[in-house]
Amino acid sequence: MNKGGLLYISILLIGIIFIGKLFYLQVLDNKYKISHLNNASIKRVYDYPERGYIYDRNGKLLVANQQSYDVMIVPREVKPLDTLEFCELLKIDKQNFIKRYNRAKNHSPRLPYVFLNHVSKNDYAYLQEKLHKFKGFYIQKRSIRQYPMKSGANVLGYISEVNLNQIKENGYYQQGELIGVKGVERTYEKILRGIKGIKHIQKDRFNKEIGIYKDGVYDTLAIPGKDLTLTLDAALQQYGEHLMINKRGGIVAIEPSSGEILSLITAPSYDPNMMVGRKRSRNSTILFGDTINRPMYDRGLQAEYPPGSPFKILTGLIGLQEGVINQQTTFTCSHGYRISAKRKMGCHPHASQVQLNFGMYTSCNAYFANTYKRIIEKYDTPHIGMDSWNKHVESFGLGNFFGNDVYGGRKGLIPDADFYDKWYPAKNWRALTTISNAIGQGEVLTTPIQLANMTAAVANRGFYYTPHLVKVIKDDTIDTKFITKNVTTIDPQHFDPIIDGLFDVFENPKGTAYSSRVEGIEICGKTGTAQNPHGQDHSIFIAFAPKDNPKIAIAVFVENGYWGSRWAGPIATLMIEKYINGETSRKYLEEKMFNGSLQDEYDKQLIKTNAASEGEE
Amino acid sequence: MPQVREKNNIFKGIDTWLIIMYMALVFLGWINIYAATTSEIHFEILDFSSRYGKQSIWIILTIPIIIVVLFIEARFYERFSPLFYIFGLLLLIGLFVFGKNINGAKSWYAIGSFTIQPTEFAKAFTALAVSKLLSDSAFTFRPFKNHIKAFFLILFPAFLITLQPDPGSGLIYLAFLFVFYREGLSIYYFLIGISAIVLFLLTLKLGYFSGVPIMIFGSIMIFLLLITYLLIYRLNLLKRNWMQLSFLFFIVCGYIFSVSYIFNNVFEQRHRDRFNIILGETSDTQNIGYNTDQAIKTIASGGFFGKGFLDGDRTQGKFVPEQDTDYIFSTVGEEWGFLGSTIVILLFITFMLRIIHMAERQKSVFSRIYGYSIASIFFFHFMVNIGMVIGILPTIGIPLPFFSYGGSSLWGFTLLLFIFIRLDANRSYEW
Repeated sequence: MNKGGLLYISILLIGIIFIGKLFYLQVLDNKYKISHLNNASIKRVYDYPERGYIYDRNGKLLVANQQSYDVMIVPREVKPLDTLEFCELLKIDKQNFIKRYNRAKNHSPRLPYVFLNHVSKNDYAYLQEKLHKFKGFYIQKRSIRQYPMKSGANVLGYISEVNLNQIKENGYYQQGELIGVKGVERTYEKILRGIKGIKHIQKDRFNKEIGIYKDGVYDTLAIPGKDLTLTLDAALQQYGEHLMINKRGGIVAIEPSSGEILSLITAPSYDPNMMVGRKRSRNSTILFGDTINRPMYDRGLQAEYPPGSPFKILTGLIGLQEGVINQQTTFTCSHGYRISAKRKMGCHPHASQVQLNFGMYTSCNAYFANTYKRIIEKYDTPHIGMDSWNKHVESFGLGNFFGNDVYGGRKGLIPDADFYDKWYPAKNWRALTTISNAIGQGEVLTTPIQLANMTAAVANRGFYYTPHLVKVIKDDTIDTKFITKNVTTIDPQHFDPIIDGLFDVFENPKGTAYSSRVEGIEICGKTGTAQNPHGQDHSIFIAFAPKDNPKIAIAVFVENGYWGSRWAGPIATLMIEKYINGETSRKYLEEKMFNGSLQDEYDKQLIKTNAASEGEE
Repeated sequence: MPQVREKNNIFKGIDTWLIIMYMALVFLGWINIYAATTSEIHFEILDFSSRYGKQSIWIILTIPIIIVVLFIEARFYERFSPLFYIFGLLLLIGLFVFGKNINGAKSWYAIGSFTIQPTEFAKAFTALAVSKLLSDSAFTFRPFKNHIKAFFLILFPAFLITLQPDPGSGLIYLAFLFVFYREGLSIYYFLIGISAIVLFLLTLKLGYFSGVPIMIFGSIMIFLLLITYLLIYRLNLLKRNWMQLSFLFFIVCGYIFSVSYIFNNVFEQRHRDRFNIILGETSDTQNIGYNTDQAIKTIASGGFFGKGFLDGDRTQGKFVPEQDTDYIFSTVGEEWGFLGSTIVILLFITFMLRIIHMAERQKSVFSRIYGYSIASIFFFHFMVNIGMVIGILPTIGIPLPFFSYGGSSLWGFTLLLFIFIRLDANRSYEW
């Protein structure tokens, strides 16, 4: 080859370098590679389907959607305008206008930005007339939630913009989109929201849209959200919320034959409409910031209290099942139960020779302490006895999560042998060490919904359906878990003596809820008073009615309500009456409950804690 | 006379392969110009309001040019090459008076709305003049004054073009170095040129240590090592050449200092920016690096098979500025992928090697040098343009032959090529 070879070789060399570089760029992975749909040149436009409506069990609308109007601005397109008139229309002052304008301009002069969100329907009407005068502004509609019944705030939950963590966890969401945060909105998020449609739009380098990308082959249609019918009875829910005004606590009502939750009330609560629209963020700060009343805390689901006397039902049932007592077994009660030479579990004055029925309706502590001792001591070691007791109790759905569609439950606590082994490393605990469990004090903790479910299981004489909120999903089926029977470890025949005792709580003049009985409805129930180290005892009541073919099982919990029959009892029976008869006959009692307030008691506690914390400093 | 009749057939003896490759390149070029400039609703391929429509017309108008070029006798080109060259220079000089300023450069003559860029034709005329000079039987590169003659021939138009200012097109005249080397110029010109470029880039890349370019320290190190080596093993050589070595050392150091000085004080910021991007000194993708960054991303997004004709979303979104002219190759990269890009590169390589092959078979020295000149010119355009688009070379705006939009460049390259085809067709009649 002559000197011409230099050019020849140069050409080949450059060719190889070019092909190599292209191979690196186009075939190998490198920093320049971007997904072809996640590309700066393609804009995705989302078509958001309407979120599903939520109805109560009778078809009453609980949650609907309403239009909200945002005033949008494209700063570059804004022409000089009559600021005064514009500000008047939007009801903002001029400084505010300038602030908002600058914020939009800083964001981007070309891109639309929310100038003012959630303009009211009335303002919108005026604005729409005049808007042609204000170039660069336009109205964007969006759909927000509306709660016609103004109740059930905590059960229903709310929706809000996704946060960064949620975006990271779930690829579906983009910044600025809405997601159910609590309650039903969260549990049934996927069903309610539907699936957004995506359009891919080809843009040029100035971000100008120049057409539909690839004639829409990657585009998808929006799938609308499904409507949801809940098991809640809106009227009962509202009624219960009304009863709980100025009190703290929770009410849970369940239909025993299906496990459907009829009402799930927590107090204090708030109007769910507060968490919607322009006032939302301010209200949200107020509501979440209220660490005294804690309106965002669902006491029906999350408050773990010692159940108190209603727990005696289980002690009795387990005693019968384990054969350590029968209806004729008699214990002595000398104003209490002597645990040791120095310790005594007190009891209120009543006749001394106690049998099951009498013990039940007078709520005799000694009777159930004796029974509990026999249950634990039935076996060779208290460990076996304790574990057998634990198994029975847990079969009523206590001490564990339901794994249902109610957002934000608590486990509660039903101790077992391991628990006490940890507590007492010497493992020398005995029945008497844990005797308080007999009467629902001790280590036992339950939430109101667990108590309500336990009541339902008793009402059903030995089984329950997992309590749940969903009744019907439009064009879909509900979780089979909710139609599967959970059978307790207690045989059905043992329930009748206990239920008779619960019936006598109302019917026997010596019964603890004799004063709360309702004409024409056979109610079975049990009062409870849980000791509270911070102040007055908590007032507890569980009940179901009617005695045969029960329609409703209910648990009521009123914080610092002194004793069971003072607040919780009347509230429970009013709820039952309202649900079964549709109206109440005891107007005087009803008024008393509506207007009754425990605020003084709560204030007293607040002063006490403040004084205590000041003293610490 | 049968021979005369044969000579009158202007298509007799022309190289079919070259013609086919030419047509393929022009066709592929048009396809990509169409993709880069089409918008929603143009269907007429001759629509004069669109760029691809205009390009169609430029392509059609190459036909009369080709016919005229082929019609003229081969010897005419050789005989009148000095006149062509002077004509070309006059056109370039005339620009300073009559030129129309477009994008900051007075590179165009405007006749109504029609503009023409003489720069693109000057290459062909210079190639003819170089061929004429070097093919003179009395010409060798032995005497130094011939070096000056030859270099004057190429540097004068390059100088005029750089003044427009269009330094990229001026740079193309360096392609003739290949021709000079082929015809006997010492390899030292190449070596010095390459050393100068390498030193230049290294000086900028390595930067400064307390105000002194790091390359100075490097040079001292290398020089000391060399001296040590010579002291031990080649004492005689050192004794004989110590002056030359010292001289070389000072030249190198002087060059390094002047590079820093020129770069920092003579270059404009935009020139510095271009080098800084290639040297990886700045990773700007918004302002100065925008074109290159977008072009590379666009090519990378093509993948192995490409997105398909008219389906390149970045091309359709016009993300790459100047995508139908200097950055046309990014369209190929996006819509036709690695496969298509490689085919285009291989087509260019085959095309250029074919020209070299044909040049080497010429009996006439003039034809050989001319063929070699145009191969070098095509190669320079190919290397600088694609090298720039795929981010190997700094931004130097010159067209990719037959691909980039523009009548002048298409006609210029067509003229360049078909004069050679004419010369080659004539080789059987050489006497």
